[in-house]
This record gives sequence, structure tokens and C-alpha cells, in this order.
Amino acid sequence: MIFRNKLRTMWYSRLFASFAIWLSVATAKAAEPEVNADPAVPARVDFNRDVRPILSDNCFLCHGPDKNRRKGDLRLDLRDEALKAEAFVPGKPDESELVARILSEDPDELMPPSKSNKKLDARQKAILKRWVQQGAEYQQHWSYEKPAKAAAPSDQNAVDVLVRRRLAEVGLKPSIEADRRTLIRRLSSDLTGLPPAPEEVKAFVEDTAPDAYEHLVDRLLADPHYGERMAIGWLDVVRFADTIGYHSDNPRNVWPYRDWVIKSFNANKPFDRFTLEQIAGDLLPDANTESRVGSAFNRLLLSTEEGGAQPKDYEARMLTDRVRAVGTAWLGQTIGCAQCHDHKFDPITMRDFYSLGAFFADIQEPVIGSREEGMIVASAEEQKTLAKLDAAVAEAKKRLEAAAPRLDVAQAQWESDVLRYAVTLPELAGDSKSTPADKSAARVVQAALKKDAKTRNPREREALQSYFRKKATPLFVVERDGVARAEQERRNFAAGLPKCLVSVHSAAPRTVRILPRGNWMNETGEVVKPALPHFLPRPEVAGRDLTRLDLARWLVSRDNPLTARTVMNRIWKQFFGAGLSKQLDDLGAQGEPPANPVLLDWLACEFMESGWDIKHMVRTIVTSATYRQTSGATPELLAADPLNRELARQSAFRVDAELVRDNALAVSGLLAAQVGGPSVKPYQPDGYWDNLNFPQRRYVADSGDAQHRRGLYTWWQRSFLHPSLLAFDAPSREESCAERNRSNIPQQALVLLNDPTYVEAARAFAARVLRECSGRPEDRLKRAWQLALQRDPRPSERETVRKLLDKHLADYRANPAAARALISIGVAPTPQGLDAAELAAWTHVARVLLNLHETVTRS
Amino acid sequence: MKLLPYSPFTRRAFLGKTSQGLGAVALAALLRPPALFAEAPRATFGKLPPPRKAARVIWLTMAGGPSHLETFDPKPRLAAMHGKPMPESLTRGQMLAQLQGQKLNCFGPQHPFKAFGKERIEICELFPHIGSVIDEICLVRSMTTEAINHDPAHMFMNTGSQIAGRPSMGAWVTYGLGSEAEDLPGFVVLTSLGKGGQNQPIAARQWSSGFLPSRHQGVQLRSDGDPVLYLNTPPGVSREQQGADVAAINALNRQYDASAHDPEIATRVVQYEMAFQLQASVPELMDVRGESRKTLELYGCRPGDGSFASNCLLARRLAERGVRFIQLYHKDWDHHGGVKQGVALKAQEIDRACMALITDLKQRGMLDDTLIVWAGEFGRTPMSQGGDGRDHHNKAMSVWLAGAGVRGGMVHGASDELGYAAVENVCTVHDLHATMLHQLGIDHDAFSVKFQGLDAKLTGVEGAKVIQGILV
Repeated sequence: MIFRNKLRTMWYSRLFASFAIWLSVATAKAAEPEVNADPAVPARVDFNRDVRPILSDNCFLCHGPDKNRRKGDLRLDLRDEALKAEAFVPGKPDESELVARILSEDPDELMPPSKSNKKLDARQKAILKRWVQQGAEYQQHWSYEKPAKAAAPSDQNAVDVLVRRRLAEVGLKPSIEADRRTLIRRLSSDLTGLPPAPEEVKAFVEDTAPDAYEHLVDRLLADPHYGERMAIGWLDVVRFADTIGYHSDNPRNVWPYRDWVIKSFNANKPFDRFTLEQIAGDLLPDANTESRVGSAFNRLLLSTEEGGAQPKDYEARMLTDRVRAVGTAWLGQTIGCAQCHDHKFDPITMRDFYSLGAFFADIQEPVIGSREEGMIVASAEEQKTLAKLDAAVAEAKKRLEAAAPRLDVAQAQWESDVLRYAVTLPELAGDSKSTPADKSAARVVQAALKKDAKTRNPREREALQSYFRKKATPLFVVERDGVARAEQERRNFAAGLPKCLVSVHSAAPRTVRILPRGNWMNETGEVVKPALPHFLPRPEVAGRDLTRLDLARWLVSRDNPLTARTVMNRIWKQFFGAGLSKQLDDLGAQGEPPANPVLLDWLACEFMESGWDIKHMVRTIVTSATYRQTSGATPELLAADPLNRELARQSAFRVDAELVRDNALAVSGLLAAQVGGPSVKPYQPDGYWDNLNFPQRRYVADSGDAQHRRGLYTWWQRSFLHPSLLAFDAPSREESCAERNRSNIPQQALVLLNDPTYVEAARAFAARVLRECSGRPEDRLKRAWQLALQRDPRPSERETVRKLLDKHLADYRANPAAARALISIGVAPTPQGLDAAELAAWTHVARVLLNLHETVTRS
Repeated sequence: MKLLPYSPFTRRAFLGKTSQGLGAVALAALLRPPALFAEAPRATFGKLPPPRKAARVIWLTMAGGPSHLETFDPKPRLAAMHGKPMPESLTRGQMLAQLQGQKLNCFGPQHPFKAFGKERIEICELFPHIGSVIDEICLVRSMTTEAINHDPAHMFMNTGSQIAGRPSMGAWVTYGLGSEAEDLPGFVVLTSLGKGGQNQPIAARQWSSGFLPSRHQGVQLRSDGDPVLYLNTPPGVSREQQGADVAAINALNRQYDASAHDPEIATRVVQYEMAFQLQASVPELMDVRGESRKTLELYGCRPGDGSFASNCLLARRLAERGVRFIQLYHKDWDHHGGVKQGVALKAQEIDRACMALITDLKQRGMLDDTLIVWAGEFGRTPMSQGGDGRDHHNKAMSVWLAGAGVRGGMVHGASDELGYAAVENVCTVHDLHATMLHQLGIDHDAFSVKFQGLDAKLTGVEGAKVIQGILV
């Protein structure tokens, strides 16, 4: 049993010490124990590395920033306060209350108290004692310090210099470089998410040029699929989805935003501009269609159409949703905690929380109810057509206006006739079959008619004129029809154009109050204006209110210590399987100090100095020797650093949900490579949406090329995410998600075995092999292996599959109906001219290959 | 059941080591406490966990928000006040849904109540079957919740939080205790529709594993199509052929492992065995033809009709197979209008089935260690909506529990005389969760997982109490 072996290793046993009884106090998502079994207590204790994590996790809940929860009037997160409360005497552990309390054997004295379910181990106690002995010095929390850039020789990749410096400190050696086939597979997976063709692998393996690798990197960075690959992680943190989330979970128009993200990565839009457009794309001095589509970010939150939903309730939900998303995506802070109380571990106050939320109070939107259609997102060509149609409308109106004086005379006559003869408008007649909207419009007109012309308001005058011209008068039919036709034509054209919810500024922003305990019904809290978090460097602004543009500029200002670190930490994960600081969404006190803080700081500084150049950073990372190492670990290395926190090797991991799909489609040759466009609907089990209502919905799978698009284009139904994506841990995107689970569960096997997507891919893959390679089964197997794994089969593998092939072939020769059933699954045409039994048998071989661990793993 | 010839199938399939590592370790520790104690000599422990009374939970979710006033909470005073204005002292400044800003009039209970059981407990006469087993049931008439719209209220009831992305209680429980099911998931969800047409949507997030490892997510069993998503072998592929493919996949994966030394590979091999077993065990589970006529009559269901009664029968079969957490949703309780006819229709759909589940478990000796919970996501207003309905309400609702060390034949807590607010022994959703965990042998306050820097718990951070008064 695997985990029982693991249990024997030292580093797990340490973990058990932190279990409360047999129930784990365990970190689920990210959570693994520290690397070393029981590292010695350092000779020189470092507050941020050694002490803060202990104090934060065990003490701050009652002795930290939250004044409402504070016990004994003691706070330990600030040195002056702790000294004032006489918590310790620097340099004298034996005279220090803190040391006495953590070592106490008296349960009434012991800290942390047993009811907290917290317990210090011997090493933690020793660290605290030594820290007091060494003067109980504090440091500002690491991620709030401005990152400092370590010097590295200019002829070396700084990533390697800094990783190796750290490896030397901990006594580890880097691993050898991976072989070229592995490298191109790894690079392709990480940079485009699609497998390399066997021919590309061969060319790379045989390329003797000294910069062959760098060339490959440049080629992949320039590939349009690069933007798709990079978009996946970003779409997770901004919680991009096609539906509103709550209750009815109805659709809304936001897919052009996804295209905007892909295009931004492909065009290498600097990350500061990328940020400005999302937070404040409508407020930029050079705002345009593109930047406004970026500002759809502000509209990606959950909303509701439920009857009985209270606007104040959802106003509060939306505010908190936005603050959490910005906190996760840019700041790597769990700001959401400060919704109901000051943060218990980090210096974030409720005022900070609601002041951040106030930045978004200017966004025009229905708080409850359905979203608007959104802004038309037209291409240059379409914009020209629109302008032409607008001109035609204006022209038609002009012609009508020319006749206006005569129409006005006629209208006055009509009005007095209606009054004199007490005419009821036809829409309001007893037997009228008019629509409710028409009836209601007619009622307005009828009421206006009864008023004296001088006392009518502009709306009533407009209603009267419109009614008269459209419905009552026989005059100037041609001109009136001209206007109607021109308007209709414009409407028809606009209806076919993409639309996107975007940010629109309102001059009268919603009032934002601090909500005591997060309770939206409590309106006693202080009203707050937009303001930046008090504990971080921020510009002085006087004489005006801050706007979203100020927020955006602050997020990407050089003084902000968090954004560059947060983004680089997340990007690092894409290329190594884990962040340098393991908690991607928490660089605060409860997160994990980075194993190699100097490296994270270097990356953050380089990122900002390069002008927020993402491709530059990606290139720097993937051309490093650290990235190129083999992922295989020697038993010694595995024992010393089981979780690869020190980077003495690469990591192997199962690829993301979307890429599992992309790989199968690419290998089979079915993949429709088009970049961008509306979301698509792959096959989905019948009835999966049965629990949706208001309205009931039927899922209709797409046909043609739309059926074979990449996974990131899948229709993202928040309450019922496509089950094949869900099985591979794609998040529902109801909340900002910085890190996906990476599970290994039976549902994944069921998807790869039985989902028609994968069966269809298998039969197309089989047909491809049969077509491309006539001849002996051995040659065909070789081709199949090359397509799926870019290597030849080993003899033992060939033998296993050869037997399987023969068995299935015999079965299908005896049962041609079964063969036909199998090879007609899916919308892809069944190839002509191939023997049905043979194709069916090879479909099984292809299926086996698509199911292999190696196939879905990037190593 | 036939096992694959090349590897003994074990229940560890669902518990295999994965990238989440710790989850597996937690489970391993839970399933093998002696090993834990033996291998962690330095671990010291505070309180002892409560003794485990419940081996499993069957949670009957009445989705839409059942009216406590037409089910389990008799209010003669409300009947007397019918049509009169609701006292403003009760309603001023309170959270209301669709009735916000409207005139609030009392709306008397629409059906008579009747006393049942040794303790002569009054419940609505529409539920005589539940009345017949009332001595097994503990009614809680003082439940409250924080949310007032369906979706957030379900989220709160299932995850203890109104923020999406938290694990549901079934995920928490299987994370904590694992499952004894040999070849079924540990957390299973079944839904059924009511005939009244008020079938509120239910999001899959209600059974999500949130930030816990994905294998703890609820697996939905469906009465139409594949009973489990992607369960059926594709057309043209026989079970035997499927087995051959799985064998080949695992053989190749093992060969690969010889060079890659990746522990994930061994896990994947086990997952494929598990998947293949599921393909046999789920149809066996769903096939109720072996049930006696007497049993089918007890539940009042026809095999495969997808009804709540059928799901209750399946719940018993799942319980027998060791599934840890079984959650049923029966929809159509959202009676903004026509509450009189609406609840009567619901009673027809659930009354007998609830009784049957209790009776059947009892006669099989399983009620002693099966905790049954019956609850909606909120209650309904004592005020009228539109003259014949009731709005959402979070200040008072009725739930009931049975089995696994819960006292039968008792009423806990009370709402005020108009049924507006819980006033005696007021309970929260977190209290209900704490009580459930307590019966499962888990100290809710010690059961936490680090998430975004916080020791996240099913029972939240504000504190919760085990409802001791209802326990034996």
C-alpha cells in the first residue's frame, strides 16, 4: 500500500503531531508538511521564516490584529504592544511570561490553551525560546517588504544562480537535464497545451544547433495556442464563466472577455496594462473597445435572478465577491476574512475591506435580476458596417423630419378629433388583441391626450408623436417606412454581433457602509469612500475621490510589494507544479514563507523592471537549467525533498482538465484549432442539467467543428460544470480559484473510457493510424505510440497491446454489428474504405493509449 | 462480485494516495487509529473524541423550504389571528424575501394537527405515517438559518457558509471518516421531483468537495440514463472487452512505473480497477427486483420510478453497502401560493416513504447506527403571501432527526405562539452540524482543515453547540 510506505518516512510522522486526536488539522488543497524531517532549531532564528508562522497559526487568533477577539489585552503581532504587555523580556527567556506559558505543565497556564485545539511541538517551543533569548526581534511580514533584487552574473540565468545557491545551502545537487523528447513534450504542454507532432520531436532531437532549445521556446511562445494555454490559469482567478451562478444560473454575455485574455497573452500585453484594462478599462484616457472588453472583469461575479432576493443583500454579496477576487488574483491576500471582523492574522481591517469594495460602487448594473445584453463587440469591418447602417438611419430620419411641419399640423388635428369624438385607441378597445407592451404604450398616449398640450411632459410629448407617426397617420408612409426599415436593418445586424458585459461608470455611485459583522441589514456602520489598504505603501491623493483607475494603477505600481510576487508565484506553478510559496492565494502570515524567497523576489523585480513583460519571464524560466532538469528523482533525493520544494529536479504531474481533452483531440487529429469565439457544447450525458430550472434547459451538443474545440472554450455552467472537466478538477469558477486540486479518482477513468468525446477520439485516432500507416501491425503500433507519446513502444508494451488487438479483432470479426456501433460513435464521419472490424479493434488500442498515465502526465 | 484476476480489489481504491497526500494520510489515520498511535509517539492529545453512535447519515433535504406551520409546528393562536395584521413588534426590521414592504397579515395553519405516539406529539394530520413512527423521531421546532433565498440557504445548510466553494457536509464526513463501502463512493446524492411544479434548481455545488480532495465530492445517482455519469460502457464494447482494455491500461501503466517511479501511477491503477468495479456494482445497487413485495409495498414505490420513495429504498440499500453519507433531495416545497394543496401533495409524496425508511432500517437493526435528518433550507412565514401562500422565512423552521442515539418521541425547542421566531432552545444550522458530527464521533471544533490561512470548519468560526438535549 502506497501510503503505508510513506508513513515510514520521517517527514510524515512529524505531521501526525499536529493532528488533533485522530481528526486531522490538515491543509487540504495545498497542504503538505515541510520538507525536512525535523530540521534542527536554527542557530540564528529568523523571525519571518521561523517565528511568525508559529505565532500566527497558534497565537494571533486571540493575540493578534482583531481587537474584538483579543484576550488578556495582549497582542503579539506588534513588538511594542507585546513589550508593553510584558509578554517577554528580550534576551531573558527565563524571565519571560511567554516562554513560561508555552512550557507550562499546568493546563490552566498552558498556551495555547487546550480548548484551542492548538499545540506547540518541542521544536516550535525551542524556536520561540531561542528567539526571545536572541532579543525577540520582529520583522515586517516578508511579502509587505519591497522585494529586493539579488545580484546575479549577467551571463547566467539568475533562476539557476539562485536555485543553486539555495541547493548548496541545504546540501542538494541539481539533477541532470531531461532528454530532448521529454523536453519538447514538457515545453509543448506548458506553453501551448498541445502535444508536439512526432516529426517536430524528431527534428528537435536531431537539431545540433547550440541554440536549438531556445529556438523551440521562441517558436512556441509565438504560437497562437500559447495565449490559450496561459489563459486557463487567469480565467480561474478571475472566475470566468458563461452563467450567473446563483439559483437559475442563467447565461450572460461575457465570452469576448475570454478572447481578450487570449489575445492579450498572445500579443504579450504588458501586465500593468492588462491590469488597468480589467479594473478600469472604461476609465482609461485612451479607453477603446478592447479596453472596455477587458473591464468585463468587474462583471464576472455571481448574480441572482431569484424572486424575493433583496437588493441590499446582493449588493453586499457583490461587493465582497469583488474584493475577494482582487485579493486573490492580484494581491495574494485573504482579504475576504475582513468582511465580518478585522483580519485575525494579517493587518487587514474591516475598513480596508469595505473601502476596497467602494472602488466598485460606481459600476452600473442591476443588483438583482437579469443582466443587460452588453456592449457590442464589433470587428473593424463590422464597425464600418454599423456606421453605415447608423448613417442610413440618420438619413431616413432627416427625410422624415423634412415633412415634420406638415405632420405636426396633422397631429394637432388628430389630437383634437380624438378628444372631440372621445375615440378609444384601438389597442385599448375591448376586443383588442394587442400585446401587453402595446396596450401599455397606448394607455400612456390616451392619458397624455387628456392633458392640455402645455402641461404635457417631454416623455408624454414624445409618446404622442411616436404613436401618431407610427400608427395613426396615413401621411408620408414612404418616409416613415424608411425610418422603420433602416432601424430594423441596424437592429438585425447588431443582433448577430458578439456582446459583452462591461464596466460602465456611474456618476452617482452606490453608498458603501462598513457592515458590522458583515450583516447587510445593519445600516449603522460608517459610510466609506474608496481607499487603499492602510498597511501598504500608497500614494497621497487629495481633493478628489479615488477611482477604479487609481486602484488599478496602485495594483501595478512599483511600490506595491504584493502584485508582482503573487503573479510570479502563480506562473511558477505552471512550470514546476507548485508555487515558490506554496499557498498561491495567501502570501499573508498564514501562508507559507517561500522556500527560496530570494528567487521569488528576483522574479518579482525582474518582472516589474522588464515592463511587466510576461513572455520575458516565461522565457527566463523555461530556458533555465532548473526547468530543464529531469523529473525523475533518485531515492536519496526523494527522501531528502519529497515534495520538491528545493527544485533539485523537475516535477511530474497530471495535466489540467482542459488539456486532457485537448491532447486526445490533437492526437486523434480531430482538434479544431480555431482560436477564440463563443463557448461551445461538447457531448454531455443526457439529463445532467435536469436540476436547473427557471427555465428548464435542454443541453444540445454542438455539431461540426464546434464539437472538437479546445477545452477552455467549453460552456462554463457554474452550477453544473461539464462533468468531464469537473472530474479532472476544473473549478466551477463561482469563486476566484488560484489553485486547482489535482486528484486521481475513478471518475477520471470513467470519463476517459466512456465519454463519447474520448471514444470518438479513439476511433479517429485509430483511423488515422490505419490511414497513415499501411502495413504490419508493428509499424502501426509504432506510429500510434509516436502520435500519442512521441516515442516507440517498448517490446513488452508491444506484446501487451498486440495480444489485445488480436483478441478484439477476433471478437469483431464474429460480431460486425458491435464493430459498426463502436466506430460510429460521435459526429465525426466514419471513414470509408477501412475494414470495420479492424477499425474497431484498433479503436481499442487507441483507447488504451489515450487512457495511459503517461499520456495525461507532463513530466 | 467478480474481481479482476490480476489484482485484488480493495476498499482502499477510494482512499489511495493522491497528490493531496494529506487527505489520504488523514483517512489512513482515521481508519487505522492504532497505527497512528503507534507511529506518532510524540503526538499528544487533548480531549477524547465523543463515542461514535452513527456509522452513517441519511439526510432528507426537502428543497424549497417546507412550511413548519403545515407540517410539524402546531399554532392554534395563529389560526385565531387568521386575517388580522401581524404584530409589528415581531416583524419590524426583519429580513423578508418577497413580502418586503408589503402589508403583513396572519395566515392560519391550513390543515388540522393531530396527536401521535406515546407522548401525544402533535403534527399535521397530513403525515399519519410519520406520526405512526413518531416515537422514533425527535422534532426540533426551534431551528433557524441565516439565509433567506434558496441558493444561499442550501449552501448554508450544506456547507455552513454562504460563500461558494466550501465543502459540503457529506464531503467533510467522508474526508473525516472514509467509507466502508467496498465498491461505491462514500457520499451519494439522489434527487427527485415533486408533482406540484415548484421544483427549485439545485446546484452541484451543494455536494461539492470544495477545497477538500475531489474524491470526497458527492456522486449523484440518477434514475434516468447512466445511473452514474459515464458509467455505461460505450456501444459496441462488451463488459469483457472493457475488462481487457482496463487490464491492458493497467499493465502498461505498471510497466511505465518501473521507469518513472511515480506514486501517482499506482494510484491510477487502483482508480481504474475501482471504475471497472463501479460499472458492475452500481447497476447491482440500482436493481431492486430482488426486494420483496412487502418491502416495495412498505415504501409504496415502483422500481425505477425515480420517486422520493424509490430513493428512500435506494438509500437503505446504500446504507447496507457501507456508504457513509447519503443525501436525498425532494423538491417542490416552495409554496409562495397554494400552500394548502401544495403541502398536501408533498405529504402524499414523502409521508409513507419516510416512515418506511425508519421502519425498514429498524427491522434490519440499522436504525441504531444510522442518523436520519429531515430538513429544508428554511421555514415559511406565518404571514400570508397573496392570500394562499407563505414566503421564505429564516427565524423558525422545523426539522427532525431519528436513529443513532437521538431520542425518539420528543420535541425540542419551540417557536413563539405565531410561529414567527424560535424562542426556546434556539438552534442554528451550525448546531445541527455539530450534533451530527458528534454522533459520528467527531468533535466539530477540532475538525478543521487549513484553507486560505484559516482553520476552516463545517461549523464555522462563530461557535456552535452540540444539541445535547436531544441525545440519549
